[in-house]
Amino acid sequence: MIGNFPYLVVGILFVMGFVGIIFEKNLVKIAIAVSIVEAATNLFIITLGYRNGGSIPVWTMAGGGSSRMVLPTPQALTLTAIVIGLATTALMLSFVMIIYRHYGSLDVRDVRRLRG
Amino acid sequence: MNWQDHLPALLLAVPLFGAFLAPLTNIGGKGLRNAWFLLVSAAITVLAFLLWVRVGSSGPLVYVMGGQAWNLALPSGMSIPVRILMEVDAFSAFMVLLSSVAALAGAVFSVAYMERFSGMEKFVALYFLMVTGMFGMQVTGDFFNFFVFLEISSVASFGLVAFWRDRGEALEAAFKYMLVSTLGALMVLVAVAFLYSRYNVVNMAALGKVIEWGMVEKTALVLFMTALAMKCGSVPMHMWMPDAYAEAPAGVTCALVAVSQASLYGLFRVCFTIYGSFMGSPVIPWVIIVLGVLSMFIGVSMAVIQKEIGRLIAYHSVSQVGYMLLGFGVGLLAMGDAKAVADYGFTALKGGVFHIVNYTMYKGLLFLAAGALYYATGCRNLNDMGGLGRKLPKTMALFMIAAAAIAGLPPFNGFVSKLLIYESTFAVHPILSVFAMVTSVLTLASFVKIFQSAFLGPQLKKFADVKEVPGFMLGGMTILAVAILFLSLFPTWSLNHLVEPAAKALLDQASYIGAVFASAATGGGL
Repeated sequence: MIGNFPYLVVGILFVMGFVGIIFEKNLVKIAIAVSIVEAATNLFIITLGYRNGGSIPVWTMAGGGSSRMVLPTPQALTLTAIVIGLATTALMLSFVMIIYRHYGSLDVRDVRRLRG
Repeated sequence: MNWQDHLPALLLAVPLFGAFLAPLTNIGGKGLRNAWFLLVSAAITVLAFLLWVRVGSSGPLVYVMGGQAWNLALPSGMSIPVRILMEVDAFSAFMVLLSSVAALAGAVFSVAYMERFSGMEKFVALYFLMVTGMFGMQVTGDFFNFFVFLEISSVASFGLVAFWRDRGEALEAAFKYMLVSTLGALMVLVAVAFLYSRYNVVNMAALGKVIEWGMVEKTALVLFMTALAMKCGSVPMHMWMPDAYAEAPAGVTCALVAVSQASLYGLFRVCFTIYGSFMGSPVIPWVIIVLGVLSMFIGVSMAVIQKEIGRLIAYHSVSQVGYMLLGFGVGLLAMGDAKAVADYGFTALKGGVFHIVNYTMYKGLLFLAAGALYYATGCRNLNDMGGLGRKLPKTMALFMIAAAAIAGLPPFNGFVSKLLIYESTFAVHPILSVFAMVTSVLTLASFVKIFQSAFLGPQLKKFADVKEVPGFMLGGMTILAVAILFLSLFPTWSLNHLVEPAAKALLDQASYIGAVFASAATGGGL
């Protein structure tokens, strides 16, 4: 039960972000919600690779003769995903900035010139 | 050692190199930068063509990055591939070939179209990054790299959609596109994580070999399907598509069409190669079919009422994607049942595959022609245009070719692929082909509308000094028009050499998987 706790947290974060993207009206808050979904995804992958009591996955440094290590692949995946997430968040915020210059508002109900 | 062994790597390295060198070539002036833009685009088209020829003659090509040898997929007795793998089968090679043609046409067109604007070195860099991401999605043999390339092409295309940042609408469209894409990419990542947690592999062939039908796999499949259907613009998440396509510069839209096809490629790679015959129920194929029918019908009925030329054509993209989903859905439904495949499944797949290439060519040409109209007149609204056929005869001729092809008038290529789809879907349920035909009629109606209101009618006074568009723009459009005419005039050759190998590769799950594992036996030569 307690082992599944991280997955519960990940699920709650994911749903929170998702709900935020759909229901928030402010563009900055939408950007934050996207970041929350990103964080949930990264946490999910890290949690998948965790082994109880495992050490760092570097063979020469795994001290104490313990052969139990956490999985290295998910960590590599997450590292890449974090970098990509950083880039998209930065780009998204700069879009929000320029949208504010054009529309004078951050409310999605005002940023609606394209419709139909 | 044959240099052509390294074609998959070169296909990614050349546009990446082109992207990073583009700002440097700008120091040498506009001429050098444009020459670089054209040179690299031509080079990737040649590479794509060579890759297609090679895969056609010698079967699926596996390429290992960072190993001792390019063909050593399973080093030192490993049972699963651990390195970064690229795998190109006939379907991937087909996608690469047609995307490279679309990217070349977009590049040639943009040389003249974007001349008036500053920041072109960034445009060229982003354009090649987008192309790299698109090729990467099509040749990778590894799900995590699929996600990475998906993000590369998406992030580069956000920048390109918002390139005219003095227009608020462009930013709005880019933001919408970004939300859908980012969320889609994260869903892909979660799906990859689900599959990894179960099988400890991210390699596509290795996954296809061991996968079983269970709860985790179902969840992953639903996530993949949602994400990739969103990215390729299927109803109900199609709303980013008209916005982004209409607001991006025309040359970019031409390449964006190919980028969204790469997502469609991902969807079918997952459905056919990974799950394939392991898929236990007909629910997934039927979901794809229903999404296809809805996309066709809703897309076209939204298109008929549009007044802005770019948005009208972009809504047709939604409906055309519907045709492909319908064809592939019927093919997937038949998969695993030899009689059904022979009766209608293979025809449906051929129709779907043929429609991908037809769609990319004529839709690219339509967007370029719409861009040419905008370049010449400065208007986007059809109600403001009229009588342009007198001033822009060449653009009109090229537009006519594309419009006839998309409406499916015989003998154009759109007719052939649509006929294949009608024929095969009729065998599943007649109502499907009824929808497909009604959509085709409405498509014709809306292109008659564009043609009539933009090109026909008396000459308007405000367009008295409109001139024919520059040679580079006509050149870009001609590339696609020649491709359309070729596919139209040689349908048998195209079906036998271009379409059938790709459709067979989709059904042939075993050879895709086998190519990776067989290289352990034969490969390894240092």
